[in-house]
Amino acid sequence: MKTRYTFGGDEHVYIEMDDEMSLDAFFKSLSMSNAVRDARIEGVTEICPANASFQVRFDPDVIHPDDIMTRIKELEHKAESAEKRLTTRIVEIPVYYQDPWTHETLMRFRERHQDPNGTDLDYAAKINGFSTVEEFIEAHHSQPWFVSMVGFVAGLPFLYQLVERDKQLQVPKYLRPRTDTPKLTVGYGGCFSCIYSVRGAGGYQMFGVTPMPIYDPEQKVSHLKDFMVFFKPGDIVKWKPINRAEYDAITAAVEDGSYVPRIAEVEFDLDEFNADMRGTNAKMLEALNDA
Amino acid sequence: MTLKINNPGLATSIQDLGRQGYFHLGIPMGGAMDRFALRAANMLVGNDEGAACLEAVFMGPEIEFTRTATVAVTGAQLPIKVDGEIQEAWSSFVVKAGQTLSFEFLQSGARLYIAVSGGITTPKALGSRSTYPIGALGGVEGRAVQAGDELPTGGDEGPGAGRFVSENLRRMPGSPAILRVLPGLYWHRLTEAAGNGFFEDEWMVAPEADRMGYRFKGGRPLEFVDREQPFGAGADPSNIVDGCYSYGSIQVPGGTEPIVLHRDAVSGGGYFTLGAIISADMDLIGQLQPHTPVKFERVDMRAAIAARNDRKLLLQKIREELA
Repeated sequence: MKTRYTFGGDEHVYIEMDDEMSLDAFFKSLSMSNAVRDARIEGVTEICPANASFQVRFDPDVIHPDDIMTRIKELEHKAESAEKRLTTRIVEIPVYYQDPWTHETLMRFRERHQDPNGTDLDYAAKINGFSTVEEFIEAHHSQPWFVSMVGFVAGLPFLYQLVERDKQLQVPKYLRPRTDTPKLTVGYGGCFSCIYSVRGAGGYQMFGVTPMPIYDPEQKVSHLKDFMVFFKPGDIVKWKPINRAEYDAITAAVEDGSYVPRIAEVEFDLDEFNADMRGTNAKMLEALNDA
Repeated sequence: MTLKINNPGLATSIQDLGRQGYFHLGIPMGGAMDRFALRAANMLVGNDEGAACLEAVFMGPEIEFTRTATVAVTGAQLPIKVDGEIQEAWSSFVVKAGQTLSFEFLQSGARLYIAVSGGITTPKALGSRSTYPIGALGGVEGRAVQAGDELPTGGDEGPGAGRFVSENLRRMPGSPAILRVLPGLYWHRLTEAAGNGFFEDEWMVAPEADRMGYRFKGGRPLEFVDREQPFGAGADPSNIVDGCYSYGSIQVPGGTEPIVLHRDAVSGGGYFTLGAIISADMDLIGQLQPHTPVKFERVDMRAAIAARNDRKLLLQKIREELA
């Protein structure tokens, strides 16, 4: 893992911790972006952590690009010695897999897909070596996920599964992006899952839909009253498969303001996780079940 | 209410200088595509430079005024009329209560900015009135302007007619438009020949050009340095592990058509970027029509900062001229 520093025009410094995805790269990026925030460097206007990199936006009228680059580089040692430990939350997200809305959409854009004769899930199951779609869905929801980035569009989380690398599911993006994706679609591209926070264009494979809103600019939804965006990097997610009846019941509860997401506070320690992945996950899922 | 929208034109939206501090949540900065023109329009009518204006694309709206106000139109060139009488661009004029502001066909440029004394005073969302339709933020209930909308303004009558910005202080792209680029970000993914070719070729603005990004076509496809794709990046050589995108960064999906990300762009994604347009030239992109020829010019950081200072100086001269 070797850090690469570069400029994005005259207003951004871009820091890539590693060119491949790993939780080590994510934690280093998060620690270092926190160190930059804590340093309160004059002229810094935005700090955006991503999966294995982060970006700092600055005002070159306030600080010279070479000076901010030097200041940021000086903070790398802090990231290296930082604890890879987070106090965070695990959230249960209900998912209606193989729902009618993403099905209608994926059929509409079939000519842009690698396999025009099946569904996105058929294709994902096949290329990941599963004999049935059900087994693939089981692999998608049985172990938890880590929110490693929020972005693309308003409040969209990228999620990375907390399993060994050889157990990671991988799928390519559509050959050509769709011009439409239903709101709250649970998508997949590369090694990342995502939730499309709003309706719009997209290139990720579509697996299902959640009835739980994660972005509400009007802040009317009960769990989004404090802030319009639900997710932040470091959140942990457990998908819970639901059927149509449960989907409809949750949708109704969201509408009448009685829906409360299931959430538990947990500690996530990267070294502990690397030493015993299944054991660490089991402990977090237990906390969630008790919530 | 002081502005009644009789005809919205094409994708006319409320914009100011945008919102800062939410990019890490996927909410872009938004704001005027040509901030230089927006600032000049506001100065002409005596507003704060960052007051909310109307940004219209390719076509002007038709607006009935219910209160008298000072108005200025900057940016794209097209005949401006008040109750049928022609008005000067980059100049202040008065529209009286009951009169109608309208426009004829576009002559040059792409985006016009209509400033009204007192500014448009629709509610702010996350610190800005700028319209971000994808996230339903700002503007009129999170959307662009529609026929029948009645927009509130600050209501003061402003400094009146007769103020203008000298022609030598206006800034519009030439033809071909020259856009200066600072190579960086994932520039190393390109072969040396591809990197040189990008700057040698003449490109053209593609029809897919909007507030999210401007696409260009006509140059040779870009070749990538061979590598085994890193874990999590995706199979295409133009893919990277999803990261943040810089404002003005240039992505080239599949190596074929460069896209410059603009004010409402997605905040991140999985395509490599070869560098970014320098901040001083981003306003010019907002004035490019489809099919305009474009040359990308390689510069270093020193030249980027010098260009930024030139642009600041130009704005300062307008401030002094109108003081």
